[in-house]
Amino acid sequence: MEKQTIIKTKNVSKVFNPGMADETKAVADVTLKINRAEVTVLKGPSGSGKTTLLSLLGCMARPTMGSICIKDKDVAKLPERFLARIRRRTFGFIFQQYNLIKDISVIENVMLPLYPLDVGLREIKARAEGILDDLNILNKRNMKIQRLSGGEQQRVAIARALINQPEIILADEPTAHLDTKLSGKLLDILQDMNSQGKTVIIGTHDPLVYESDFVDRVVEMRDGMVQQIVEHNR
Amino acid sequence: MILHPGVLALIVGMVAVMAMMLYAALIGIKIVRKWNIHSSSQEQLSLERKTYLISTIMNYVMGFEIFSTLLFVYTVDDIHPVFIGAMCATGSLNANPVGWYVLYAKIAVFFLGAVWIAVNIVDQRAEDYPLVRMKYAMLLAIAPFIALDAYLSWRYFVDLKPNVITSCCGALFSPEGSLVASSLSSLPLIPMMVLFYLSVGLFLVSGVTAVCSGRSFFRYSMGCASALLFIVAIASIIAFISIYFYEIPTHHCPFDILQKGYHFIGYPLYICLFGGVVFGLLVGIFEPLKKIESLTEIIGMAQRRWAIISMALIAIFAVICSWPIVFSSFTMAVY
Amino acid sequence: MQRHRKILEYALSSLLRRKYKNIALIAVFSFIVAVLSSVLFLTHALQTEAENILVEAPELIVQKVAGGRHDLIPVAYTKRIKMIPGIGKVTPRYWGYYYDSLTGGNYTILGVDREIEGLTLLEGDMPIETGECAIGKGVAAARRISVGEELVLTDGKGAFSMFTVTGVFSAASELLTNDLVVLFYEDIVRLFDMPADKATDIVVEVFNDTETPVVARTIQRLLPDTRPIMKSEIIRTYSTVFNWRSGLVLTMFFGALVAFCILAWDKATGLSAEERQEIGILKAIGWETANILELKFWEGVIVSLTSYLTGVILAYLHIFYLGGSFLSPALKGWSVIFPSFRLTPYVSVQQIFILLFLTVLPYVASTIIPSWKAAITDPDAAMRG
Repeated sequence: MEKQTIIKTKNVSKVFNPGMADETKAVADVTLKINRAEVTVLKGPSGSGKTTLLSLLGCMARPTMGSICIKDKDVAKLPERFLARIRRRTFGFIFQQYNLIKDISVIENVMLPLYPLDVGLREIKARAEGILDDLNILNKRNMKIQRLSGGEQQRVAIARALINQPEIILADEPTAHLDTKLSGKLLDILQDMNSQGKTVIIGTHDPLVYESDFVDRVVEMRDGMVQQIVEHNR
Repeated sequence: MILHPGVLALIVGMVAVMAMMLYAALIGIKIVRKWNIHSSSQEQLSLERKTYLISTIMNYVMGFEIFSTLLFVYTVDDIHPVFIGAMCATGSLNANPVGWYVLYAKIAVFFLGAVWIAVNIVDQRAEDYPLVRMKYAMLLAIAPFIALDAYLSWRYFVDLKPNVITSCCGALFSPEGSLVASSLSSLPLIPMMVLFYLSVGLFLVSGVTAVCSGRSFFRYSMGCASALLFIVAIASIIAFISIYFYEIPTHHCPFDILQKGYHFIGYPLYICLFGGVVFGLLVGIFEPLKKIESLTEIIGMAQRRWAIISMALIAIFAVICSWPIVFSSFTMAVY
Repeated sequence: MQRHRKILEYALSSLLRRKYKNIALIAVFSFIVAVLSSVLFLTHALQTEAENILVEAPELIVQKVAGGRHDLIPVAYTKRIKMIPGIGKVTPRYWGYYYDSLTGGNYTILGVDREIEGLTLLEGDMPIETGECAIGKGVAAARRISVGEELVLTDGKGAFSMFTVTGVFSAASELLTNDLVVLFYEDIVRLFDMPADKATDIVVEVFNDTETPVVARTIQRLLPDTRPIMKSEIIRTYSTVFNWRSGLVLTMFFGALVAFCILAWDKATGLSAEERQEIGILKAIGWETANILELKFWEGVIVSLTSYLTGVILAYLHIFYLGGSFLSPALKGWSVIFPSFRLTPYVSVQQIFILLFLTVLPYVASTIIPSWKAAITDPDAAMRG
């Protein structure tokens, strides 16, 4: 069956501090296709450009050159407010450091992405509780983040990434601070999301991730460039 | 100079606004020269970010200008006992040659600023920000008016001397005088009333057609009807509406209705008039911009909203004006 | 609407998470607002009080001027003034100032020439014959005398005169009567060694208030050595003086306000790394720059409105319950004997707006640029941790 392309990049580059002494080309000339409902891994060591490419794909930054099409819409030159809207509607992020906000409760953290929308608080809360329940962490909804264990914080981060019902999940080094058991649990959750039709893109250098059997494609990166793309047939 | 707290508050506000406008204008120059939506350069990104700052600054500036107009009117009314012969704001404004020009400048800034805010809101809804250059060129055009307002206000308050003998509304708005104000107060009553209510009716009809029909003609006509209504309304307030509030056939002052003795009815009256006229004008002003593809639908929706708000405000204004005419026991029939 | 409510709630929670910094800011801001509000409340209340009192004052007072200074006026002038049309009663007044070296205070001595009954402000009676006096509470306190006791005054020749106190003015009238001594008019003439045919000034009743300037001009023409003073002129002078005094104090505190704005700017600019990361996270999870700006706007509004309300309430208590003890000396005047009267609380909507302009507006303006700088934080800064 022909898979539908959900993200398409063409000759995308990102240069930091252009024209200055510390000019860095973090992503260089990347042309890539991500298919709907597939799991793609961006594999490479630190500094290979995976995080930058993830942020470009997730509309968190604009490329210096090239084009990025999300569902056939070119987003490379969109003004920031429209990028933010696409980001909000289409993507869910799981960050390396979780990036949960301290001193507020679990459920508040999960609800935050929907605050800027004209949706009632009650509805957002109901949605958040549903997701927390699915991830078996509903009983901790009123606890402050810093009182949770690593695994629990990870599940809160995932819940937050899912609240806006995104089509695409982006995860940056999701297993970096986890032991094998928790890493396995995380991969199960990601696989579960994928089986529900979500597209998953993971940036990692953990073999536990890129050698998993639910991964469809591995894109190997070094020095900001794509070295090779390996398709897995599942 | 009269060290009234209201004067100080206005001066403090003006200094803050001037500083913000100067900053906004300098950035505006850069934006007009270097804006390129198709570029992904760091400079373009930086300019896009600066547009947020300018929007925020202009929103504050406009908010201040609206409140400062109300505070200005209140302050000049409050300091009137200091001038011999002054019984209301008219006397205070007459006490200094630039008094009335300050009021005109504030009114001009109000209308120009309102248009800018509307252009900004509409522009930001389109993905390609099509009105950026026009918007910032407009900003550079408005800045001198704000500077003029600040300068005139400063000159007015600094040069006010309490022992000046001034003439008040009794002289200025009396039919015997030779100024425009006198002409307005000597306009014949019944024809003016007819003209006033016809203008309001015409305005409301143009508003309804502007909302229900998508045709340009009706939207332009609402803009024109608003402008006409503004002029007729101000003339009517002086000619006959004020008389019914004061229940004195020779009292035509447009400012006394802002005083406590008349329950400050002037404030809602003028707020509804100015607000209604501004929204009505916007409907007409934005019609030509619908040619821009990314703005057609956005402006269409905005125009419907503005037309409804405008009609509501003018309806309230008409009710306020008509209330004493209909319900008070005062009648002009004997005069 | 929903969106604004939610962002407002988040702003509140954000401020509470950084309590100490915000409490310090609110405390300083409240103090400044309290000072500015106190000035406005006090001057407005005093002005209103003065205006209310002046309602009962005579429309027109005629004084004689000699060498540019106030002089005693011939009583015969009353007959000439009575002939002007539109005039009612014309009454000569006998009054003056008395410096009491014992207490260092100045008393106002007023002479009455007839029985005045039914004064609700008087505890006791007015003097009806020579040798009697009624005194204000301040005089009674300064000299430590009460009804039935003797008040001793010295005339211009150094001779002592004793007056039996028949009445003391009540506290409610303090503003008018605190330093007042009322004598029978023969006593005041003797005390001040006034010529028999002269009075201090003449009070003129005008039937139609609007005609007062015309009457004043007529009197001036008729009696070129006199100075008619209209009530409206007195009101205008009070208004100018109160405005001037309050404006002066406000101007002085302007420096404090500017310093506070610099503080506000500094606090707003000095975002901690944690705050910066929080904004980066919010942007990364879908908040736009405009949403962050709105968040910062609400934070500014909450801080400034809280400070404003706290300051205004403190000022209200200070002026109307504590008598404005910190500010009175600058605003009330030079008198040693001070009425400790309770001001009627009077706060107007216009005052509230003026205070908003003087306080909340500069604060919000000084935080615009720092808020914007925070709001444009790159979301991918959050990606990098």
